[in-house]
Amino acid sequence: MIASIPQSRTFRNIYAAYVTIFFIYLLVPLIVVAAFAFNDSMFPSLPWKGFTLDWFFSSTGPKLGIFYDSSLMESIGVSLFVAFWVTTLSIFVGTCNAFLFERDNFPFKNFLYVLMLLPLVIPGIILGISILVFSNTVVNAVDSIFGLEFDFLRPGLLLVIFGQFSFITTITTLVISARLRKFDLSLEEAALNLGANRWTAVCTITLPYLKPALFGAGIVSFLMSFENFNTTLMLVGSDAPLTITMFDRLREGSTPALNAVSLLLMVVSAVLAITSIFLQRDKEKA
Amino acid sequence: MNKNAPKLGLILLMAPLLIWLFALIILPHVDMFFLSLKEKIAPRVYETGFANYGEFFIEPLYWNTFARTAFMSILTTIVTLIIAFPVSYYIAKMLQGRMKAVLFVLCLLPFWVSELVRTFGWMILLRETGIISNILQWAGLVDQPVEMLYTDATIIVGLVYTSMLFMVVPLVTTLESLDNSYVEAGYDLGGNGFTVMREIVIPHAMPGIVSGCIVVFMLSLGNYLTPILLGGKDSLWFTEQIYAQFITRFNWEQGSAFGFLLLILSSLIVWGGLKLSRQTLSNTMG
Repeated sequence: MIASIPQSRTFRNIYAAYVTIFFIYLLVPLIVVAAFAFNDSMFPSLPWKGFTLDWFFSSTGPKLGIFYDSSLMESIGVSLFVAFWVTTLSIFVGTCNAFLFERDNFPFKNFLYVLMLLPLVIPGIILGISILVFSNTVVNAVDSIFGLEFDFLRPGLLLVIFGQFSFITTITTLVISARLRKFDLSLEEAALNLGANRWTAVCTITLPYLKPALFGAGIVSFLMSFENFNTTLMLVGSDAPLTITMFDRLREGSTPALNAVSLLLMVVSAVLAITSIFLQRDKEKA
Repeated sequence: MNKNAPKLGLILLMAPLLIWLFALIILPHVDMFFLSLKEKIAPRVYETGFANYGEFFIEPLYWNTFARTAFMSILTTIVTLIIAFPVSYYIAKMLQGRMKAVLFVLCLLPFWVSELVRTFGWMILLRETGIISNILQWAGLVDQPVEMLYTDATIIVGLVYTSMLFMVVPLVTTLESLDNSYVEAGYDLGGNGFTVMREIVIPHAMPGIVSGCIVVFMLSLGNYLTPILLGGKDSLWFTEQIYAQFITRFNWEQGSAFGFLLLILSSLIVWGGLKLSRQTLSNTMG
């Protein structure tokens, strides 16, 4: 059943039809979400009542456009803030980890490597509750020993950032390590021979080489943070990121405003996804 | 450079890794384990013991939910594998060049969009006033609106859709590495489509099948969003119990015990799958 093996025409047609149906199945939910963002109705369902852009740009209710919906816009801001810090932290730690595991030898290296992979196989909701429990223990301990109120470790944005960072770092580490493994060490040695010190050599030779991987890992971690739900749900305080706000609204009863936000998310993720695929391709060529 | 410099560098490079692993992964889980061993005897009076785990086995609702979650996750994994295998084979073996790359990327794209948006799409399609219900009425197949949300089948549909990517990618990767000449040899030696599939293709694809199944099972087990939104109030998913114990009832001790049970189940599955396919965590993820 490969191209070189003759197959009956009927079989080929059935097979192609199956694959076509599969792709329709993949895309239909997304197309539907996008289409109903333009329905001139209070509900994202049939009948189709005509085309409108109100759900994006109307400045007054009842069809309040998303760009004027202050609670939605605030939650997008919160999500961007969280995603920025998660990306920054996980790229930094991921780069350190990549150098550590690719370049150095130290006791318990394999053991630490497996530990480093573990966050990927822990369900997100459990990462969330364990961090919730632990931060609560720390707050109580600090309070009873030193009499200090560590309120920043109560559920809130800092914990959300920690929670997402805890597993996204594994992914950035893997992406950056994969690229560092292909680096030709003699380039760095040449820099050292030419009188650079270790730090200068890494900054001027190795880091620029890692740039595509750093960008790629950055895009992936930004998106994963922006879209994370399970871990965030357990750690969120009063400032809700976008996914939490959308979830609450979805449970109350949805309006096409949610479709409009979703469409916005789709466009942004598609652009980022395609960028990262291109980066990946360049990386393989290099 | 003095002799201690490289050592100092190693310590500096290791610090982020150790802080991350200890503060966000190891200590929180250890703390959660201790919390799960606390029995509440009276307000603010606790004793160490396994009562919270006992509660799980005494109360039928809890372990029924647990078994149900595990069973439906297994079902999801099987359905995902059955749907994904022919498609992966088509992409890996029947197509060539540009078309192959395009279809593969098309498979990946929907998964860059938030799970929330994808689930929302299914809600629009399947609800009583939804698209499919309308199409069925229009075609004269049913004479009143049909509600397709809030059933077990809906949950499976949503979970299969959400986890498709994690099955397709490992399958395509392993199938691509199968040399076409083996398949041709199979036919030359008198095999038909079925025997070649069973004797050559499937054994070769086994590592991909196993790693896809592990990831899909784990993600379904730990999923919260899809069962809640598509299954409604009676979805009885185990993560929902954990959430309820933590947030609604504020019984963290019980919630931690549940969290641990879920973690044990998912780790057992991952471990078993790796043993079965004779792979290690480092190989599968790295």
